[in-house]
Amino acid sequence: MRRRVVNALPALVLVLALLGAWELYADSGATSPSILPAPHTIAQSLWSNAGLLSHNLAVTAEEVVLGLALALALGFALGVLIHLSPPLRRAFYPLTVGSQAVPIAVIAPLLVFLLGFGLLPKLIVIVLICFFPVVVTTVDGLAAVDPDQLKLLRTLDASRLQAFRFAELPAALPAAISGARIAVTVGVIGAYIAESQTATSGAYAGLGHEINADLSSLQTARAYAAAVVLFAFAIACFYTLSLVERRLAPWANQSRGDLR
Amino acid sequence: MPTELQPRAPSTPRIARANDGISLSDVSRAYRDQRGASVQALASVSLHADHGELLAVVGPSGCGKTTLLELICGLQAPDRGVLQCSPAALMPQRDLLLPWLSALDNAALALRIAGLPRAEARARAAELFAELGLEGFEAAHPHELSGGMRQRVAFLRTLLSGKSVLCLDEPFGALDAITRAEMQAWLGRALEREPRAVVLVTHDVEEAIVLADRVAVLSPRPGRLRAEIEVDLPHPRSRTDVTVLALRERALAALGMGDS
Repeated sequence: MRRRVVNALPALVLVLALLGAWELYADSGATSPSILPAPHTIAQSLWSNAGLLSHNLAVTAEEVVLGLALALALGFALGVLIHLSPPLRRAFYPLTVGSQAVPIAVIAPLLVFLLGFGLLPKLIVIVLICFFPVVVTTVDGLAAVDPDQLKLLRTLDASRLQAFRFAELPAALPAAISGARIAVTVGVIGAYIAESQTATSGAYAGLGHEINADLSSLQTARAYAAAVVLFAFAIACFYTLSLVERRLAPWANQSRGDLR
Repeated sequence: MPTELQPRAPSTPRIARANDGISLSDVSRAYRDQRGASVQALASVSLHADHGELLAVVGPSGCGKTTLLELICGLQAPDRGVLQCSPAALMPQRDLLLPWLSALDNAALALRIAGLPRAEARARAAELFAELGLEGFEAAHPHELSGGMRQRVAFLRTLLSGKSVLCLDEPFGALDAITRAEMQAWLGRALEREPRAVVLVTHDVEEAIVLADRVAVLSPRPGRLRAEIEVDLPHPRSRTDVTVLALRERALAALGMGDS
């Protein structure tokens, strides 16, 4: 525990120094609080708008968690198909890579036009952003199984399906979670884009919508407070997935360094 | 020898089943290396091991020992010659235990593949755990076991495959001297209880003489049979026994390493 505190110290000092500099700059009067509010103003806004922000967080969290779960399921299934069938690999891999070139901010309004204002268009945007890292890590995880291991399973008369079940699948599952860990940070950006592009109205339309609405009504401190909440949520998701990965693959951490 | 390298066509090799043993006559096999060049691994090798017999194969690195084992296990087919072989199980040089399975599940792997329900497969493997000195480590994962224990789990997995031929590829090569001596003694006892036809590939001439009924000495690439030494001594054998030492000298001389 003490070592952990010592390890976190340099980052903590840096964050405090940056916040201090920001505070000094904002308080010096060089800029208007409606353009760059001081950290203590943002903290106040965070406190006084806790109810509104937590409602909006719930909306965004639902989108991100559902979208990520869908991306994980779809990405894993597609990764498995691509691994098992060379024709499917040739069919799907270029499209998968191509899907990453789609400008999300451009197609988000098109999706809304097509699908209405509900949860669905937002989910599609998040899934589109998130599933690519999952596919790539799944395919890599499946391919990383020791060929000698597969040979051994063959001498034990394992069928292709059994080799998949006993060797490849368990190896790929933590890899897919790893992909989801990469995906979740961009997934939060995806949620922001989806919410700001889909012209949903109302007080509880997600943190992304809240940020945009606050900025246009010059409630800058609240916009920053919403951004802080979004940021904290992304970090929490990342560490939750790290925890899940360690649970699913305790053996993998034996040889891995301290990138947690 | 490059002249012997017509791939597979002229004399079709036959692979038939022998009764609980193996027999190779005039078996040749070439493989392609990474640059696509053909490498003759085995040239006209004749060997046999009957039920209850332990055949040790010694030779310098690159004498085609791995190719020999893969032929016996049906992972490759001979280019020429006749290979008669009962179903064989391979215990590879690296234990290749599955990191996500417990020691018990790893040992029971072959039974699971054969279609036994998990509980029954585990129960049958558990019966042998005490005998192998693995009691209390059923739930341990491979990374929590010592090298000697991992080898014993791997051996148990090979044994439980129920195949009548066991191929052991330098099973004790990676162990320290003391553990290796223990494991050799233990293997001798285990095979007395569960007699099989065993092919033991090793670099260690002494190990071969102490454990085997017959020692085949192979030449460097391409592997040819240099000498076949009968070891007609009662078990357990002492390393310092005069006959053992004499046979060791004979084997070393056949390898071109004798010092007398």
